[in-house]
Amino acid sequence: MAADTSQSVVKAADDGVGNDSAVRGRSRWTDSGNTGNTRNTGGLRRALATHWYAWAMVAPVVLVLGVIIGWPLVRGIYLSLTDANERNVARDIGARHIDATYEFIGLDNYAAVLGDPVFLQRLVWTVVWTVACVSITFVLGLTLANMLNRQFRGRAAYRMALILPWAVPGFVSVFAWRFLFNRDNGILNKVLDGGGIAAVPWLDDPTWAKFSVIAVNVWLGIPFMMVAILGGLQSIPGELYEAAEMDGASAWQRFRHITLPGLRTVSMTVILLSTIWTFNMFPVIFLLTRGGPGDSTEILVTQAFREAFITSPRDFAVSATWGVLILLLLMIFALVYRRSLRKQGEVW
Amino acid sequence: MTTTRTRTRGSRSPFASFGLHATLVVASVIAVFPVLWILLTSLKPAQHAITTDFVKEPTLSNYTYLLESSHFLDWFLNSVLVAGVTTVLGVFIAATTGYAVSRFKFPGMKPLMWTLLITQMFPMAILIVPLYNLMGQLGLLNQPVGLIITYLTIAVPFCAWMMKGFFDTIPVEIDESGRVDGLNPFGTFWRLILPLAKPGLAVTGFYAFITAWGEVAYASAFMVGEENLTLAGGLQTFVTQYTSNWGAMSAASVLIAIPAAIFFVFAQRHLVAGMTAGATKG
Repeated sequence: MAADTSQSVVKAADDGVGNDSAVRGRSRWTDSGNTGNTRNTGGLRRALATHWYAWAMVAPVVLVLGVIIGWPLVRGIYLSLTDANERNVARDIGARHIDATYEFIGLDNYAAVLGDPVFLQRLVWTVVWTVACVSITFVLGLTLANMLNRQFRGRAAYRMALILPWAVPGFVSVFAWRFLFNRDNGILNKVLDGGGIAAVPWLDDPTWAKFSVIAVNVWLGIPFMMVAILGGLQSIPGELYEAAEMDGASAWQRFRHITLPGLRTVSMTVILLSTIWTFNMFPVIFLLTRGGPGDSTEILVTQAFREAFITSPRDFAVSATWGVLILLLLMIFALVYRRSLRKQGEVW
Repeated sequence: MTTTRTRTRGSRSPFASFGLHATLVVASVIAVFPVLWILLTSLKPAQHAITTDFVKEPTLSNYTYLLESSHFLDWFLNSVLVAGVTTVLGVFIAATTGYAVSRFKFPGMKPLMWTLLITQMFPMAILIVPLYNLMGQLGLLNQPVGLIITYLTIAVPFCAWMMKGFFDTIPVEIDESGRVDGLNPFGTFWRLILPLAKPGLAVTGFYAFITAWGEVAYASAFMVGEENLTLAGGLQTFVTQYTSNWGAMSAASVLIAIPAAIFFVFAQRHLVAGMTAGATKG
C-alpha cells in the first residue's frame, strides 16, 4: 500500500499531477527491482525509511489534534446520543464526587431538534444572515477596493481609515455599536431626534435587530474583503487595461471582462472564508442582541450555546445535537463548494 | 504602466473625481466613527458618557476608575497569559507541520490537509460542550490552562495552514542547496528555512494572539467569577441588562484595542497574503 505512494521528494513549487505520477512510476519501478521477498513489509519499511521525517514533522500536530479535537468531537457526537444535562453529568459538589448518570437514548435528540419548527426558523435566518452579510460585504468591499486601486491624493489615508474596523478586536467594536444603537441614549437616535425623526428601536424590534446585526457584521467584515480584493486587483497586469482601452472598451466593459475574471481566484477564496466565518459568527449576535429580542436574531451557533450555557437546566445533549447538525451543514457546504471548484478544474 | 496610470487619471472628469472622494469620505467616516466615538466617550466624565458633545470636560477619570476599582488589570493579565501561551505553543507545534505539507509528498498528506482545513471551519458549537465537560472533569474550568488547551483547538490548525502558505513562498532551491550541503530535512528546516520564515512566523503568531485575545464564546462559558475573566468576558460586565457603565466600558475598550491596533498597522499586508495563499494553492 505504502509502496504505491510517491517518495518524499522535495516538491517543486509548480508541482502538478503529471509530476506526481512520474515520481510514483519511478518508485514502483525501483520496488520491483529491489524487493523480491515479502513485498508488503519491505514496502512499508521503505515507506518508513523515506517518509519518516515527514511523518515526524507532522506528528505533533496530528497528536494534538487527535487529543484536543478528535476526542472531544467523538465525545460530542456521543453526548448528542444521550440525555446528558446539568443534573446528570459527572461533577464535583464540594468534596463530593457525583458520577455521571446520563443514558444512551439513540437518535431521540435529533428527532426532537429536527421535529421542532425552531430548527427550521434558525436555519432559515442563519442562511439569510450568511448570504446577506457575505454578499453585501463582498459588493461593498469590491467597490471600495476598486476605488482605492486608483492613483489619487489621500489614498493612503483613506486606506488606513477603511481598515480600522479590522484593527480593533471584534468584541470591542460590537460594544461600541451597542453603545451607538442604544435606544434611549445612543447617539444614532439622538441625531435622528435632532432631525425630528422618532427613535429607531435598533436592537429592540425583531426586524430592526436583524438589520442591525447584519450592518455591524458587514462593518466588521469589509476591511478584510477590501484588502484581499485590493491585493487581487494589483496582480492584474496593467497592460490588459491598456490594450482594452486601445480597443475602445468602456469602463464597464473593462471591469466586466478584465477585472472580474482577474479577481476570480481571490474572490472564491474570500467568499468561502467569509461564508464560514459568518455562518459561525458567534460574538456579533451574542454580544449585540443575545439572540434577542425574543429569539429573533438567534443563529444556529448561538442557539447551541444557549442550550448548554444559558437556559436552565443546561441541556448538554441537545446542545451537542445542534453542534453536530451545524457541522454536518458545513461539511455539505464544503463538499458542494469543492465539487464546484473541481468542475472548474481547480483542486481546492 | 506609468503612462497608462497618468492617462486614466487625466481622463477622470472632475465630477467623477468628486464622486470618488465623496464616497470614500462617507465610507471612511462610517468606518472610523464608532471607534472614534468610544475614544471620545472614554475621555468624558462617566456621568456625561451619553452626551452627544464630541468633547465634554475631558478627564482620565474613567481610566483611573478602571485601573483602581475594577478587575480590569486581572482580566488584562489573564488575557495576556492565555493568548500569549496559546500563541507560543500554537506556532511551536504547527511550524514543522506547515513545512512538511509545504515541501513533501507523503502518505496521509491529503487527509491531513483536509483535516486542517475542516477543523478551521469547525464551529465552536460542536466542541464547546464536550470540552466543557472534559475540563469540568479535569478541574480545569476557570483555569487559564483550560482556556489555553481550548484555544489550541483553534490555533494549531490555523497556524499550520497559514505557515504552509508562508513556506510556499520560500523558493525550494534553498532546500535543495541544503540537501546538497548534506543537511537532513530537519537541518534544512531549522537552519535555512526557519530563519527565512521569521516574518511569516511572526505574523502567524500575532494572528493567533489576536484570535485568542478576541475570543468570546469559550471565554464566556468557561470562565466565571470576576477575577478569572478574560477581557472578552470582563467587558461584558460593564454593560448588562441592569447596569450600563458606558464610561468604564469605553475606557476598557480603548485599552484593549490599542495593542491590537498597533500590531495591525504592521501586519495586515502579510495577513491577507498568508490566509489566501494557503487556501488557493494546493
